[in-house]
Amino acid sequence: MGEWLRGSGPESDIVMSSRIRLARNLADFPFISRANDQDRARIEKSLRECLLSSERAGQLLYVDVERLPGIDRQFLVERHLISREHAESRGARAVAIDRGETFSVMVNEEDHLRIQVMHSGLNLQEAWREINRIDDLVEGKLTYAYHPRLGYLTACPTNVGTGMRVSVMLHLPALVITRQIEKVFRSLQKISLAVRGLYGEGSQAMGDFYQISNQITLGRSEEDLIKQVSDIVPVIINYERQARDYLIRESHENLHDRVSRAYGILRTAQTISSEETMHLLSSVRMGVNLGLIEDLEIPTINELFIRTQPAHLQKLSGVELDTADRNIERARYLRRHLNKEHGSGQDTN
Amino acid sequence: MKCQKCERPATFHITELTGGKPQEFHLCEEHAREYLTHPANEPAGATSMAAALAQQMAQQMAVGQAAEELARLDQQACPVCGITFHEFRNQGRLGCPHDYMAFENQLEPLILNIHGENQHVGKTPKRCPQGSETRTQLIRLRREMNEAVAEEDYERASRLRDEIRRIEMSEEV
Repeated sequence: MGEWLRGSGPESDIVMSSRIRLARNLADFPFISRANDQDRARIEKSLRECLLSSERAGQLLYVDVERLPGIDRQFLVERHLISREHAESRGARAVAIDRGETFSVMVNEEDHLRIQVMHSGLNLQEAWREINRIDDLVEGKLTYAYHPRLGYLTACPTNVGTGMRVSVMLHLPALVITRQIEKVFRSLQKISLAVRGLYGEGSQAMGDFYQISNQITLGRSEEDLIKQVSDIVPVIINYERQARDYLIRESHENLHDRVSRAYGILRTAQTISSEETMHLLSSVRMGVNLGLIEDLEIPTINELFIRTQPAHLQKLSGVELDTADRNIERARYLRRHLNKEHGSGQDTN
Repeated sequence: MKCQKCERPATFHITELTGGKPQEFHLCEEHAREYLTHPANEPAGATSMAAALAQQMAQQMAVGQAAEELARLDQQACPVCGITFHEFRNQGRLGCPHDYMAFENQLEPLILNIHGENQHVGKTPKRCPQGSETRTQLIRLRREMNEAVAEEDYERASRLRDEIRRIEMSEEV
């Protein structure tokens, strides 16, 4: 399980994880969209050698994504270790992952190098220290594309400058229930912060998870960009807490009912889709944080969000499953994990 | 997605923000040009990169000129990687680091539109803090060397190889 799922960092009842990524390119190769097979292979080779000869090599798992079966690529996407684009594109590409799953380095994604560091809870400073060290390590051996006025040069001008995306994943179920979430988004957009779903760009806000990140990458230092996100997150956390307080105060029975029903369905369903699971787990997660459910731990729920997804389920059960079978297997998995703590043998399978 | 006015694919996605609620237009190149140069359309905020860019140019030029100018700039190609500006506009991704210099005039308004700034502040690499342009020229030199070899012009190929080596050695730290 990745460190970021432990639910242990600051504000981890609402902040699932903090993530920073840097986009970097080698100066002497075309960007990926213009690179031919030979270029891609040479970029991959020099980055592989660089990463595997670094002092971090011992903790690294270097994965050839091009040769990886589809289900394993999907597995890495579900764990947030590679992007969907990286899983679905073609040609020589790879990812280096540290054993604790706090950082991963995608090779030949949209840029030659996409370094990311993830931590549990609100912990951007630590993420920055770490990613800066990894960046220095690579830069000690290879020359990045850099322009004195424009900064680090990236395949898309939206990333030029620092090449840095700072994002915080928030769990905001009460703002969704009280229909205030749109209002929060609109005010964030006014200050150039982007809001995305669980799996980044273009993804749905599953399980009431939202990623808040900087949109601007040029003209502000890394510290400033981190500060902008770090300053706004407590404000959103506060809104979410107020919304939770309001729900408890004004409609305690309804909230308790919602949470209990969600828990009940997850513990008894015989077939369940990924979407419904996320939706219900979201209510249960809030219920645990509010003390409405007492026999469950947050890390267990965080883990269920990931492990009930299609590729994880199939890897865990060791066989390929179609959608219908996955739904049955998912329900079985949930029953097993949510009922075992009672030791009551409610699980009929 | 199809153009709203014809059967061709929509490559321009324009969001008008003037007046009450945002209005979206999905147009092919020809209709986008027509749309942007039509006197009835006042310049307005735009969200997509291509639209921001086309708009900027339309603003800078006399209305009738814009379409021609747009077509001319579109054909401009980067001497290092060969990508045309038209290709960049279609795919939204640049071809190599040198594009930032080759298309400087076109990219500048776009960068300002996205970031509100055009001057990097923050981390500087220890290697090539003055810019990695010399090393980026290796992309062009390697391409030319491969061409020379293909054309069996070995004298030129060996000259290029020496130059490539010189740059590669000089950049080793």
